[in-house]
Amino acid sequence: MFTAKAAAAPRHKRRGGSDLRTGYLLLAPWLFGFVFMYLVPAVMSIYYSFTNYNLLSAPDWVGLDNYIQIFTQDQNFRQAMSVTFRYVFIMVPLRLAFALFVATLLNKKHMGMAFYRVLYYIPSIVGGSIAVSVVWKQIFGNKGVLMSLLEVFGIEQKFSLLGNPDTALFVIILMGVWQFGSCMLVFLSGLKQIPQSLYESASMDGASRFTQFWKITMPMLTPTIFFNLIQQIINGFRVFTESYVITDGGPMNSTLTYVLYLYRSAFANFHMGYSCALAWILVAIIGLATLLLFKSQRAWVHYEG
Amino acid sequence: MVGQKSTKAQSVFFHIFSCLLGFIMVYPLLWLLMSSFKSNDTMFHNAWSLIPEKWAAVTNYLSGFEGVAGIPFWRFFANSAIVTVVSVVGSIFCSLLAAYALSRLKFKGSGFWFGCVVMTMMIPSQVMVVPQYIILKHLGLSDTLVSMTLPWVFGHGFFIFLIAQYMRGIPRDLDEAAMLDGCSKAGILFKIMIPIVKPAIVTASIFAFYWIWQDFFQPLIFVSSPENYTIPLALNLYLDPNSYNNYGGLFAMSVVSLLPVIVVFILFQKYIVEGIATDGIKG
Repeated sequence: MFTAKAAAAPRHKRRGGSDLRTGYLLLAPWLFGFVFMYLVPAVMSIYYSFTNYNLLSAPDWVGLDNYIQIFTQDQNFRQAMSVTFRYVFIMVPLRLAFALFVATLLNKKHMGMAFYRVLYYIPSIVGGSIAVSVVWKQIFGNKGVLMSLLEVFGIEQKFSLLGNPDTALFVIILMGVWQFGSCMLVFLSGLKQIPQSLYESASMDGASRFTQFWKITMPMLTPTIFFNLIQQIINGFRVFTESYVITDGGPMNSTLTYVLYLYRSAFANFHMGYSCALAWILVAIIGLATLLLFKSQRAWVHYEG
Repeated sequence: MVGQKSTKAQSVFFHIFSCLLGFIMVYPLLWLLMSSFKSNDTMFHNAWSLIPEKWAAVTNYLSGFEGVAGIPFWRFFANSAIVTVVSVVGSIFCSLLAAYALSRLKFKGSGFWFGCVVMTMMIPSQVMVVPQYIILKHLGLSDTLVSMTLPWVFGHGFFIFLIAQYMRGIPRDLDEAAMLDGCSKAGILFKIMIPIVKPAIVTASIFAFYWIWQDFFQPLIFVSSPENYTIPLALNLYLDPNSYNNYGGLFAMSVVSLLPVIVVFILFQKYIVEGIATDGIKG
């Protein structure tokens, strides 16, 4: 985008010079919001991360203490990291795999395709809503839908999936996978862009559907997979509402996600400085994950031409 | 694989599978709707069932609308509506101005500011929320409806990006012709650009609506008194067994909270599906 703009610049340099005044006038509202809601908070947050601050007394400079404590002594930090990484590395691949599977199914000529597409997309639309977390809690909780259904088949359970520390995170992951709709739509548009002639000539050569999928669809789709992967991983690290509403991090911290821990240390324990340090560590993790993915592109993403 | 003729058997199998999957996908939502009709005493008897043993639809919805913590539900609804409308309108309008400036005007620093827009898209809002809260508290704005609009109302990176990308695709000859006719830069935006970028504006508005209507994290931190709660915060209060012990009311109001979302989806699904397919914005 930047290069295209730069190249176009000289041709459009009008008589009368640049649009400096109009430009900044139009940009002013966003610029104000940017300074007020991003820039100043970012600077404050960096400063607080080196202080002890409980909102009541002035911030007290402690240098790197917060960071040192987080990395060397904080058990909850370790738990939150482990929960969040498990969430991201299980939920995202499952969601993408499922989205791709359904997208290939829907990429054929059948009646009622548009209907199914809409049907599968609905969970993604309402997914961020508290109402859905309410439902999830009732389905997988004590005396919930799942337990009552198992009872019908004569299986009596002592604990619900949400009440068991080994399975609670799985329930939260399932909710993420359930919302595969927007990934599916991105895959569908990616599939539509693969030239039909490739499949036709492969069929002539006697390649099976299975071979066609692995030799044509998958390589051609890698840019789309890459795009989905980046977005979903960035979003995955931010998981909060589900674990806050459904399990409140429990049982036994088994669903304590990173953002939930950050929230608690700020607004339950009032360790503002400490939570700012946690926030910047999250930024670093997301940045690193994105960087690694971009670096890995060369190895597996095929761009045409 | 488009165009490959499938046999009748394949087709039948496909539809059975798709319907089954579709049922599993919408079951949680159907369950919520049907449970909002079940009476409280039969709610957890055969909880999986979609057919109410004893109907109590009216009781549930009336008790839900009565509200929680002494505040009627319509208050939460009104709060949500005010915050959403102000935020969406402000956000889209300011994003439109910024997108036009950054994509169509040449001025010093425009590239730098566009970089900043992209950067705000990368940084999770959760990171900024602690200092934002502290600023709002110092300004006396915490625990107000205004505070919940502030993260949005001055424009938002995603919407600026979306609209700017759309504007870049419009030929520049159009601007030049209008300028020869004596149209100002601002005139070009309002008279020529807005009609052309309407699809991008609609897509951005729909997503703004979804995100703001369902936003939980920022209101949770910015607002503390129940009379300022939006619907997501209120539902969370309904969920707390210490302040509310009426599942019928909880489910009924959960349904009410989803209604605007579903209605917007049905009305605008074409824009939504296309918006995702071309820009991949997360719904």
